[in-house]
This record gives sequence, structure tokens and C-alpha cells, in this order.
Amino acid sequence: MNRVKNKQKNKLKYLSGIYVFWMIVFTVIPLLLIIYFSFTTTEGKFTFENIKNIGEFTPVFLSSIKLSAISTIICLLLGYPFAYIISKIKASKQMIFIIFIMLPMWINFLLRTYAWMTLLENNGIINKLLSLVGIGPVHMINTQGAVVLGMVYNFLPYMIIPIFNVITKIDKSCIEAAQDLGANHVRVMTRVIFPLSMPGIVSGITMVFVPAVSTFIISTMLGGGSNMMIGDLIELQFLGGSYDPNLGSALSLVMMVLILISMGIMNEFDTGEDVMAL
Amino acid sequence: MQQKNIVTLENVCVDFGPERVLNDFTLSIKDKEFVTLLGPSGCGKTTTLRLIAGFLEPSEGKILFDGKDMTGVPPYKRQVNTIFQRYALFPHLNVYENIAFGLRVKKTKEKEIDSKVRQILKTVNLSGFENRDVSHLSGGQQQRVAIARALVNEPKVLLLDEPLSALDLKLRKDMQVELKNMQRETGITFVFVTHDQEEALSMSDTVVVMDNGVIQQIGTPEDIYNEPINAFVADFIGESNIIDGIMLEDYKVLLDDVVFECVDKGFEKNEAVDVVIRPEDVDVVAPEKGMLQATVTAVTFKGVHFEIIADVNGFKWMIQSTDISYVGDNIGLYIEPDAFHIMKKSAYSGMFGDYSTFSDEIEQLSDVNFGEIEGNADE
Repeated sequence: MNRVKNKQKNKLKYLSGIYVFWMIVFTVIPLLLIIYFSFTTTEGKFTFENIKNIGEFTPVFLSSIKLSAISTIICLLLGYPFAYIISKIKASKQMIFIIFIMLPMWINFLLRTYAWMTLLENNGIINKLLSLVGIGPVHMINTQGAVVLGMVYNFLPYMIIPIFNVITKIDKSCIEAAQDLGANHVRVMTRVIFPLSMPGIVSGITMVFVPAVSTFIISTMLGGGSNMMIGDLIELQFLGGSYDPNLGSALSLVMMVLILISMGIMNEFDTGEDVMAL
Repeated sequence: MQQKNIVTLENVCVDFGPERVLNDFTLSIKDKEFVTLLGPSGCGKTTTLRLIAGFLEPSEGKILFDGKDMTGVPPYKRQVNTIFQRYALFPHLNVYENIAFGLRVKKTKEKEIDSKVRQILKTVNLSGFENRDVSHLSGGQQQRVAIARALVNEPKVLLLDEPLSALDLKLRKDMQVELKNMQRETGITFVFVTHDQEEALSMSDTVVVMDNGVIQQIGTPEDIYNEPINAFVADFIGESNIIDGIMLEDYKVLLDDVVFECVDKGFEKNEAVDVVIRPEDVDVVAPEKGMLQATVTAVTFKGVHFEIIADVNGFKWMIQSTDISYVGDNIGLYIEPDAFHIMKKSAYSGMFGDYSTFSDEIEQLSDVNFGEIEGNADE
């Protein structure tokens, strides 16, 4: 018996070996390369110059964080009530709503963003419709608003789904217990449902904020050149005119650290007891 | 104990779709009383509780609280509190905050909340547990928190939905005693739901036996046990041999072609009746001394007594005796006149009281089936 077990263990070891190999080749080594490039010159000499140079781009970092934070908040404000409402309807109808939320995600990301371009352009569909009623043209494309709109549109499902999943799992008898103890609908919401859906909110925020802060397609297509984000900046260092992979690596490294910090802060809210403070 | 009625249900009916789960239910609950709703799963007892709590509205009839109509009043405005079957503690709050929930919602002063919560924690023997996470408590402790959370609001009526069903036997027995003591000390009316007849008998002032959404019998535990109204109640409360009989005249009943003396009267001459004989009231004697002759078909040792299944003219009786018998023995049965309880025939006649298919396993199996039925009806 023991031998058979050991054999199985060995087999499992070999199997996990494949994944370890995969992770080393495609995660660990690239990460080390990024760190290496961040701290070297084009000639391969050690330097802090790249990290120091990032200081110049502080405005880009700040505006990226600002725009993605605004988008995340809008996603939360729109997504939470929506997730709550669909959690209340019949299970059979829930599926239809969920499919409609997911549907745009099955269409190519680029295509969706292109569609918004044609909608928002100065002589785009929206402005044409507005001119029919004598308004406009309203300048919408290449503004910060357009970038936020693009982010909200693209990332809203990532906010709704985790919140919906958590709300549907809240024990109904907890809600009844709160009513039983004298809580009206508002109190039930603020004191029971909202705190209990905190894990969903946290993962929703993470799932919206992280891709939003590093996006470059949305800002390029809807924001024009004037609303550059970190993602655009990094892209420029590798594919654009200002070719500088060392600076690009340093930028990626700093962004990764920023994301890790923000996720760490979010996770602080994810423990049941701290939620009380809200 | 002449008290005013605190909760009254008048001709209440509840329909879930086409199904009527509570039919013409009329019940008055007196102040400071311990009332138990007893019945198999799916009989409508939890539905009744939810009606009083306000989670359900009756399709017909009305519910009065202190004489005032409560129809349409939402749960949070009713002076009742509920202890839920699986406690329903708030997982995001610690013990203290769980208990303080009701007081905070009512905007009680912080100082008052603190003294009340600490007082009630002492009552339920959980002092020092204030900052514990509720998910780290044992079942029994969670149960106490649930009780404290309800009692701290000083409700007029406390509703308990099978609160002990998740506890193990020993703990359940202890909690039965504790709950009963708490009820006496606080003077709060308890409406207790259970399917455990022993629990109902040992705790209640009044037992309401229900089946299929209809009240079968209301009475004190003694009444319910000694004077069951029909075969369902006789079978559900304790063990019963229920035999077809004919009431020849007052104090004389014929069963198995033997005329027995009994203490019942008031039936028609030669009226067909159901005769209940409790297993503990049957004495095993030598065959020639017995009023009835029987053959032992099964014997189980139960600790306090032997449980004997004996065949009397093809009808299997259950007998509880401290003397051992062996399978195949011919025995005589002797029954005192006051051991007979005569019931009028009902819809339940012939459905219960024969032990020919009896075994512990079958009992459990049928419980499971009932459970599934309830799952559908109580949703």
C-alpha cells in the first residue's frame, strides 16, 4: 500500500514540476528581467537613473490614478445597486441579467472601444442626434470624461459579478433576524447586507482598479494624446518613438509596487471585524 | 393562571400557491405561557411562527397582538423576537455587537446598552465572551448568543423555531431545562416549535399538536398524552397500540372478541371506536392468566425496559416490560381498566398503532421522507 502511495506522490511531484517549470520560465525569469532592466543602462551598467527619471512622469501617474479611481467609484456606485437588485429577483431571471452583463465581454475589447469612438466623435452618432434637436456639437472625444466612460463601460461587469455573488450567498435568515430585531429596510441594508457584501466590494474594486490604472488602449483611443496614462507611457518606451526599454521596465516595476500597495490596503477592509467601523 | 391572551390567531389560513399549508387555524396564547407547536415536519408549525413574527401574511383570518390587529405590520414593528433554527447570528459582528444589535437599532444610550448586554451575558453564562467572533463559538454557545440577542430586547413574546434541533442530545437536555427556567424567570411568553414530542411534553404549559396545517389537539402535556383525541395524536405522542374496538355500553369495550372493562363512557351503544393502550400499561403474565394470548415476535433491550413486539390475532402490539421474554414465547397480556383510552373514529383511524412493520430503521426512513416534504412546503 505504502509503495503505491509513494508512487502516486512521485507522480504528483512530476506533474507539479511542469507547473513549476512554467512559472519559472514565464513568470519568475521575466520578472527578474524587468528588475534587471530597471536598474541598468542600455550598455548593461548598474544605475538608479531610470528610477530617478520616473519623477518626471509624476503627473502621468497622478492622472492615471485619479482617472481609474474615479472610474472605480462610478463602477461601485452603479454596480452595487444593480448587483443588489438582480440578487433580489427570481433565480431564472437572474441568469438573463447576468448574461446581458457578460455579453459585451465576449466581444473584442478593441472593437468595443472603437464603437465608443464613433459614438463620441465630434461628427459621431451622438452629436448627429443632438444636432437634430438643435444641441451641440458637444466635444466629447479626447476628454478625460471619455476615458472614464470607456473604463466604466469596459470594467463595470467586473464590479457587478463579484458583488452579486457575495450578496446572493448572504444567509436570508440573517436578514430576517435583523428585521426581527427591529431594523427597517434602511437599517438592514446599512448594518447587515452592506457589511456582509464587503468581500465582494473589495474584489470588485481590485478587479476594476488594477486593469483601469494600467490600461492604454482606452486612453489612447478615447483620450487622444493629451490624456496620457501610465500604460501609454510604458507602451511608448517599447513600441513608440521614445524607445527606452530600461525606463519602460522601471515604470512597470513602480506601477507593480503601486498596485501591490493598493491591494494591500484593500485587503485591510476585507476582514469581517473591521467592517463594523463603516 | 388566569391571564389575558397576548397573541390570538383567528381562523387563519395560509396558501403557498395552490397549496393550503395552514387551514382555519385558531389559537389563543396566554401571557407568560410556554406554548409548544408540535407536529411532524411540514405540518405548518414553522409557518405559524413566521405568521406571528410577521415574515408571512395570512391569506385569510387575522392575527391579534394584545387585542390589536397586526395584519400588515412589518416584522420590525412587532414586539416579538425570534430565535432561528440555525441561530442566524451576524457573522460580521462579535458576540457583544450581535447582542447589542436590537438595542442599537432602537437608538438606546450606549451606557444602557453596555449594562444590558453584560447583564444578559451573565444570564446565559457567557460573561467574558464579549469580543469573541461568533463563528468561533460552539453550537451551544451560538445558541446562547441567539437567546441573549433576542431576550435583551425584552420582547413580550419570544418565538423559538426548533432551537435545540442542532444540538447533541446531552446539550439539548441541558438547554431544555435552562430555557424553561429562563422563561419562568423572565415571564416572557414562549412560543416553541418542535417535532420532538418528549421536548414538548417536558417543557410546555400548553401543547398544540398539528398535522397537515390543521390543529389536532390543544391541551396540557398530561391531557395530550393521557387523552389523545385521535389516532394521529396518540401515535405521535409516545408509543401507542391502537386497536379497533366496539363500545358495547358505558365502561365496556369489545376488542379481539374479548370484553374489557374500562373507565370511558358517553359513546353510542355498539359504536365503533379506536382503543389506545400504551405499551407501558400492558403487563406480561403467564398465558393462562392473561386476558389476551400473544406470541412474542421481537425483543429489544432498551436499558430501562425490554421492548417486546407481540402478535395478538395477527395484530402486532408493542409492550414495554422489565421482565425479559424470548422470541417465540407464548405470553398472556393483562390490562387494567384505566389503561384503556377510547377515541372516536377519525380520518386517521387505521393508519397508526400497529407495530407489524415496526423497526427503528423504518422510523428513521419515514422521518427523512417527512423532512423532504417539509423542505418543499416551508419554502
